[in-house]
Amino acid sequence: MATSASSSLSKAVKQQYMDLPQGDQVQAMYVWIDGTGEGLRCKTRTLDSEPKTIDDLPEWNFDGSSTYQSEGSNSDMYLIPVAMFRDPFRKDPNKLVLCEVLKYNRKPAETNLRLPCKRIMGMVDNQHPWFGMEQEYTILGVDGHPYGWPSNGFPGPQGPYYCGVGADKAYGRDIVEAHYRACLYAGVQICGTNAEVMPAQWEFQVGPCEGINMGDHLWVARFILHRVCEDFGVVASFDPKPIPGNWNGAGCHTNFSTKEMREDDGLKFIEEAIEKLSKRHHYHIRAYDPKGGLDNARRLTGHHETSNINEFSAGVANRGASIRIPRAVGQDKKGYFEDRRPSANCDPYAVTEALIRTCLLSESGEEPEEYKN
Amino acid sequence: MATSASSSLSKTVKQQYMELPQGDQVQAMYIWIDGTGEGLRCKTKTLDSEPKSIEDLPEWNFDGSSTYQSEGSNSDMYLIPAAMFRDPFRKDPNKLVLCEVLKYNSKPAETNLRKTCNKVMEMVENQVPWFGMEQEYTILGTDGHPFGWPSNGFPGPQGPYYCGVGADKAYGRDVVEAHYRACLYAGVQICGTNAEVMPAQWEFQVGPCEGINMGDHLWAARFILHRVCEDFGVVASFDPKPITGNWNGAGCHTNFSTKEMREDGGLTSIEESIEKLAKRHHYHIRAYDPKGGLDNARRLTGHHETSNIHEFSAGVANRGASIRIPRSVGQDKKGYFEDRRPSANCDPYAVTEALIRTCLLSEVGDEPVDYKN
Repeated sequence: MATSASSSLSKAVKQQYMDLPQGDQVQAMYVWIDGTGEGLRCKTRTLDSEPKTIDDLPEWNFDGSSTYQSEGSNSDMYLIPVAMFRDPFRKDPNKLVLCEVLKYNRKPAETNLRLPCKRIMGMVDNQHPWFGMEQEYTILGVDGHPYGWPSNGFPGPQGPYYCGVGADKAYGRDIVEAHYRACLYAGVQICGTNAEVMPAQWEFQVGPCEGINMGDHLWVARFILHRVCEDFGVVASFDPKPIPGNWNGAGCHTNFSTKEMREDDGLKFIEEAIEKLSKRHHYHIRAYDPKGGLDNARRLTGHHETSNINEFSAGVANRGASIRIPRAVGQDKKGYFEDRRPSANCDPYAVTEALIRTCLLSESGEEPEEYKN
Repeated sequence: MATSASSSLSKTVKQQYMELPQGDQVQAMYIWIDGTGEGLRCKTKTLDSEPKSIEDLPEWNFDGSSTYQSEGSNSDMYLIPAAMFRDPFRKDPNKLVLCEVLKYNSKPAETNLRKTCNKVMEMVENQVPWFGMEQEYTILGTDGHPFGWPSNGFPGPQGPYYCGVGADKAYGRDVVEAHYRACLYAGVQICGTNAEVMPAQWEFQVGPCEGINMGDHLWAARFILHRVCEDFGVVASFDPKPITGNWNGAGCHTNFSTKEMREDGGLTSIEESIEKLAKRHHYHIRAYDPKGGLDNARRLTGHHETSNIHEFSAGVANRGASIRIPRSVGQDKKGYFEDRRPSANCDPYAVTEALIRTCLLSEVGDEPVDYKN
């Protein structure tokens, strides 16, 4: 059976319970990134009144030994609320609360990449860095096989599926539709969706977001996707190459611009940024998936509209390059550029931080610079 | 089939009937603990008007020979209303009424542990004892197998499930969501939920409750859970070790504090209590499950974040100890402590009474003290 047992529990019964009034009490679901740097965890607490801002949300803690984050003998870790969204599952006044994780000694957990990202973003506020990330993903059944694929074979070759319509082209659109609405309700900056080249593969775009918001909004959009898929009884995978062979991988193309790039003649700043990126390819590859490049190695082959992981390239309207300058930007001589290297399972905090460090702080070499204070 | 026949009965048909107005008449569902000390029973009576307080609810009786509580030849037992809640199933103005059970001779039934608990709580009212209990449980199908598990095998090993999201991580969330809302509506002091380490295992927390309220609210929350699971066609199990081997058991960690412990310098008082508990380990083990420790023996192995049943230990942020002092309490030098020994199927009246007797009444030895009057 491709869908989970849970998804056959009666939704009518559930709805009757969800319709019960809850008085003044509010459910706040705290969400955080676990020790894998890819997985999300969540737990809920009752609050006595609706939090109006992030400052109304108390710090919390959790057992890090159960999330690959600490040892059992010293396992308390802290949850620090950083971004609040409306809860599309429990609805108003309930909240989703994205959190940073601190270790027992209040230092950031290994996979808390938000803290360093925020510091870097703070250094370049005045340049108004905007990001847009194109999150690709594959829907799998609980059997681990792409949803809608024949259980003991393959669909017809790629070609008809990208932006397709029809039951023989689009597999699992309900999830995409539900996710889109849930994100809009929650306040996530979702700006579009499309069916992707591989059947059961989809994409949504989040942005434009300034600075630290990119990471916050993308992680919340991912959480919402996992939760929506759970309700439908299927699984969302951000694996960069779920099926080997002549099937597309999944990336997270990242669009980037500064105020300067967006203004007249911004193209020269775009070209300068690309020049800097071309000299720091390996540093970025290491930042662009949670395994320092190992995951992306399965995806960035130079085929299937990817660049080769070992080479840096850039070009106007070139989808086989590491960096693509959209044709319209080439014509208007201003706008943004697209880094096509990040993996679908990248940490957006790591990706956006790397772009700032290289392009705006002009760093070079294999290691990030340490800025005191 | 993992879900019950009942759960496939038409909920639309049922809803049509439940929407019928009921005039001034009110349905009061009387709930009590049966002869096993774990099972809950219930029956309903019609009242002519809405009861405003517990005093408006009449005493009742039932056939104890059908609940493992008396002989057939002399089977009437009394139901004495003790706590009233709004009914989340039949909704306002209907009520759930938690009751104490008395034998034919007006003495408390063997499994009526509320009576003595209430007496002990009254003795220490001025110390304002607060409790919070973390109720773990496992969702089973009607086939007795954990819900969502493959029928002829096991899920992948523990690691990804604690606080997890996704159809491959969280099994049966609908039950948890429905239960949370039902408890909020009913007026049960539910303060949070999370997915647990074993798949299909969940936890909810009730508290902070003062004195006798802890037992009342936890038993009402358990009743609501059984009733919600019944609606979905699955079963809630409080067995402390439902699956043998490398799978977590289910406990009911009990958090405790007095006014003194919560005030500045309260850590001294916490440490004194732990010292007293260290000397009375076996008395507590006997109070912490309905079989005098036999149930917990399957769970408290020293592995899977439990302490060993034969040894008492305490430590800051140590989940392998009998008593854990949360890290923040160690830092603030005041707060509460967590007794991790109680089994998921414990009687909260017995647990809270034992903590008061040892920590506040400074009792020692294997037997509780008999206080006259």
